[in-house]
Amino acid sequence: MKKEIICIVCPMGCHLNVEYAQKTVLSIGGNRCKLGLEYAEKESFNPERTLTTTVKVTNGHLPLVSVRTSKPVSKKLIFKTMALLSKVMVEAPILIGDKIVENLFDTKANIIATKNISFKKRST
Amino acid sequence: MNNFTSQDVDLIVIGGGPAGLAAAISAKKNGAQNLIIIERNNWLGGILPQCIHDGFGLEIFHEPLTGPEYAQRYIDELKKLNIPYMLNSMALEITPDKKVFVASPEDLFCFQAKAIILAMGCRERTRGQIYIPGTRPAGVYTAGVAQNLINLKNMMVGKDVVILGSGDIGMIMARRLTLEGAKVHAIVEILSHTNGLPRNIQQCLIDYEIPLLLSHTVTEIQGINRVESIIISQVNEKLTSIKGKERKIKCDTLLLSIGLIPENDLSKTCGVKLSPVTRGAIVDENLETSVQGVFACGNVLHVHDVVDFVSLEAERAGKSASECILKEQRKEKRIHIEVGDGLSYVLPQYISRDTDLELSIRVLNPREDASIGFFDKDALLKAEKFRKVHPAQMIKIKLKKSETKNINTLRVEVLQK
Repeated sequence: MKKEIICIVCPMGCHLNVEYAQKTVLSIGGNRCKLGLEYAEKESFNPERTLTTTVKVTNGHLPLVSVRTSKPVSKKLIFKTMALLSKVMVEAPILIGDKIVENLFDTKANIIATKNISFKKRST
Repeated sequence: MNNFTSQDVDLIVIGGGPAGLAAAISAKKNGAQNLIIIERNNWLGGILPQCIHDGFGLEIFHEPLTGPEYAQRYIDELKKLNIPYMLNSMALEITPDKKVFVASPEDLFCFQAKAIILAMGCRERTRGQIYIPGTRPAGVYTAGVAQNLINLKNMMVGKDVVILGSGDIGMIMARRLTLEGAKVHAIVEILSHTNGLPRNIQQCLIDYEIPLLLSHTVTEIQGINRVESIIISQVNEKLTSIKGKERKIKCDTLLLSIGLIPENDLSKTCGVKLSPVTRGAIVDENLETSVQGVFACGNVLHVHDVVDFVSLEAERAGKSASECILKEQRKEKRIHIEVGDGLSYVLPQYISRDTDLELSIRVLNPREDASIGFFDKDALLKAEKFRKVHPAQMIKIKLKKSETKNINTLRVEVLQK
């Protein structure tokens, strides 16, 4: 079977032509670098994405801290992760790279902070 | 202007976003000592703190970063280099002899600079600029404002959303709203092609099954207090709506992602000449504007699609500005770069001396297997092939000093097969 996928690794957005059968990729064309090969292989059988979102913060200079998965996770886990994170609350101060959730659904991926949040007691 | 506190500086950088940060860092590394950044907001990094998605930094750091992470790397370096900056400070006016008037909470300042870098970024186009008919209810936002509310202020903008414009911010917000539980009914795009990066079509729209309606536009907004519905219509090749091809979509929110405009009101105060195409300053290869000693970089110069290119351009502006402070610039000639067939713009617009060049080019239409040629009159100097060119993807081409050695004119165009 053949399919065309758009590589999301960089802004170039190569159109990759993937030929595959059952569980193996037979050929990949259209990539301009080797990152495209890895992406096409994964995208064909177990598509993964880095999820970026926000988590609520108490006593921070902002009410939210931006977070991401430390590595790409299965697309199937995206909405499950959003539901989990909607119940999470972290306390300021927070530093970039701080683990917010460890070993997300046994994927060995962590949810990590992508922004420094300083401590600020809110009057309200 | 007697109430202003006077201060002499070598270089003043106006704007503390990605362009201003990279320009200031580069200027300091290239020898400028007495410099300062003026920033209107109470944070550094400009728009980046609200751009929580990833994909930044591939060009410069060779790893995918989110906006806040990318900004922090520059902020850390700025602090390491002890470059001073003023927050909550608004540059009000620049005079042609390079005085910059600044209002800050502490005082009113008049900085006398030897060089100025304009790095004020751009603003979003709004409903008023494209004249969408209808009522004026709540629920109409520009995509960037919605992004700010959702990602920084923890405020959701609506439940049933339509997005007009398929630029990157529009597509990224379609995904973000979907993740946060809203239903995005469609992205509506007036052109017959999307205006964003291909990877965003995949990871923001296809991944979440969000319909993309090309050759469509919003022709009416309906609702009294809150948006209740919008009318969309198919358009013809003249981009006007086709009678009988209208359809109503019930929604409570309309996001506009309809383009960015360089914010040059301040540039005008010192007489910087602007290009009607890029809507930014006309510059030479040093990114120097029509006013000697005033440089421009980043989205205030022309709207970029990738922040890495903003930072790289700003580094060049910082270097040029430091050279301008430290030594007289030698201008040998002034050649206007002519924009030929198939292109919307080429930047810089002028070359002033024999040097290696890096040109930023945008094409008018998407095209496969295109070649871009460089000519001196009828003589082809160089041609570069591309498998695919797209108006949403800025093209960078380098020209070596040897390739433009004895030219008298320079024209860039898409070659006809």
